[in-house]
Amino acid sequence: MSDATEDIPEVDYVEGSGIPIRGNDIDTDQIIPARFMKVVTFDGLGEFAFFDLRFDDEDNEKDHPFNEERFQDSNVMVVNNNFGCGSSREHAPQALMRWGIDAIIGEGFAEIFAGNCLALGIPTVTADHETINALQQWVDDNPDGKIEVDVRAETVTYGDNEINVSVDRAQREALVEGNWDTTALMKANQNAIEETASELPYLDQTRSDIEADD
Amino acid sequence: MSSGTLYDKVWDQHKVTTLPNGQDQLFVGLHLIHEVTSPQAFGMLKERGLEVARPDLTHATVDHIVPTANQDRPYSDDAAETMMAELEENVRDAGIQFSDPTTGDQGIVHVIGPEQGITQPGKTIVCGDSHTSTHGAFGALAFGIGTSQIRDVLATQTIAMEKQKVRKIEVTGELDEGVEAKDIILEIIRRLGTEGGVGYVYEYAGETIENLDMEGRMSICNMSIEGGARAGYVNPDETTYEWLEQTDYFQEHPEKFEELKPYWESIRSDDDAEYDDVVEIDASELDPVVTWGTTPGQGIGIDDPIPEPEDLADDKVDTARRAQDHMRVEPGETMEGYDIDVAFLGSCTNARLPDLRRAARIVKGRQVADDVRAFVVPGSQRVQRAAEEEGLKDIFEEAGFEWRNAGCSMCLGMNEDQLEGDEACASSSNRNFVGRQGSKDGRTVLMNPRMVAAAAITGEVSDVRDLKEVTLA
Repeated sequence: MSDATEDIPEVDYVEGSGIPIRGNDIDTDQIIPARFMKVVTFDGLGEFAFFDLRFDDEDNEKDHPFNEERFQDSNVMVVNNNFGCGSSREHAPQALMRWGIDAIIGEGFAEIFAGNCLALGIPTVTADHETINALQQWVDDNPDGKIEVDVRAETVTYGDNEINVSVDRAQREALVEGNWDTTALMKANQNAIEETASELPYLDQTRSDIEADD
Repeated sequence: MSSGTLYDKVWDQHKVTTLPNGQDQLFVGLHLIHEVTSPQAFGMLKERGLEVARPDLTHATVDHIVPTANQDRPYSDDAAETMMAELEENVRDAGIQFSDPTTGDQGIVHVIGPEQGITQPGKTIVCGDSHTSTHGAFGALAFGIGTSQIRDVLATQTIAMEKQKVRKIEVTGELDEGVEAKDIILEIIRRLGTEGGVGYVYEYAGETIENLDMEGRMSICNMSIEGGARAGYVNPDETTYEWLEQTDYFQEHPEKFEELKPYWESIRSDDDAEYDDVVEIDASELDPVVTWGTTPGQGIGIDDPIPEPEDLADDKVDTARRAQDHMRVEPGETMEGYDIDVAFLGSCTNARLPDLRRAARIVKGRQVADDVRAFVVPGSQRVQRAAEEEGLKDIFEEAGFEWRNAGCSMCLGMNEDQLEGDEACASSSNRNFVGRQGSKDGRTVLMNPRMVAAAAITGEVSDVRDLKEVTLA
């Protein structure tokens, strides 16, 4: 394997305190409004996470967990169903990560959002509605309480509770083995890539061209 | 597990290998890029000292931030100018073809790919935009990706993916007057839910889909993601081939058309293909659909009452309450008569030539209601030129619409075209999320283009079937 993958950390375990974000269908326009995407880097996006839910027109703070003093050091977000639906913008998990989120526990995630989280090494683990509700309530009651997300074992531990959660198989493998950064991993398969490309009827370079090059 | 579907065949054709984490590595036949989601990916590439692997299979356009009124450079919005300049530099350095506004080929990425013939059946197509599913209308396997994945594709021309399940959505029945492809997809999302497609790819089939033109099929595939499905497709057929034959690529390479046709035929789902799920929809029952809430799944027929939140599934109750509060609508009422301030005819869902033609038939000889801001944003410069040549621009302008240049515009409010305050907008776009059109108090009602035209004329959400259509010369 090439050098580039060696500094990719394994993310088999995350611990910290929780922050509850309630509601189904929280879309990426709410996580990071489009006007904050007029940038050419992801730097500084953290302060704009959930911006329109956190501030009114005069920039006064509204009631939102991201504004609450007791959650300022939290890093494990607990959400409901279809979280991250809508646009493919990686700006959404980038903003959450830069605000301080390291793992998300929820009822369900939109697919592109979960994929974007994986690309950043953020686990997105799921449990049923009742389990999530109970966890959100516990976090509200215990803002400094420790939550442990064990990606390998597919469990979440908090207080005296240990709950089973689901982690998508490929996501678990990638995070646990530390191969969630796929660029170098895929680049290493150059011969196989060219072989596949040579079989595609719509590419101008035909198999015989490649053989002629050999 | 599915077998014998277009999805299975195109997947197998493009599979490079299985990665250690169990994902498949897929070759990407076409990578479309734009100014919003690509600059960070180019940055990551530079950090690692990597080059763009296949600039010849990469195509760029500018659409999200491009102003639609005054396009003189530098753009009046500094941030937009910076993004445009960054894209120009990136494509120049990498040798990527760029349909910029000076070429006459610029437009929304999901409009220009099909126009130029680079969107083809049996290709894998990716773009850092969730509406990439649009290209599935041609029988391509097309899906949206995030910026880290754009980096992967730029560096390797491949992507790591898990194979999904396939749900066949069989649509039958003749569409009523005033009902279009847009209404079919809004109904599908209402019925299956905004998260119903998570883990699935949608195959749209049945006589109603087969009878749609390519633009209609694109409108349907476009909104697959609003139903949670990352990709959606229609099997290629004669309608597809007729479109392809007229495109630049096949005009320039007519021999390719005959050469590729057997491949296109071969990837069609087999008659005995197996699906993970099949859903049937009778489209003859549909009325024009409008949304009453803040997710694309919150739609109803124009004559139907807005639902009581308590009557919906348990997990939809809170979302519905919040949505009705935001939209200021009451259960039991219909959406007909809901006052609008803005009419937006545009977006990658509904800004192609037939969309504008149908809307023009409603608008011709009428006037936009007082106090309504109405504007048309063609999906591409080509659509714009064609519409101007056949007189559509004049029809819209005489009625009081503004006629703009191509771009994403008010679909997501990243340029100057935004809702203000709590304005309500009749919109031919794809998302009615809170804040989507540039104002967090703005209210979006999704509908088909003719319904937008009708709303612009009456100043309220209206049943287009009550307005007589005019035959265009």
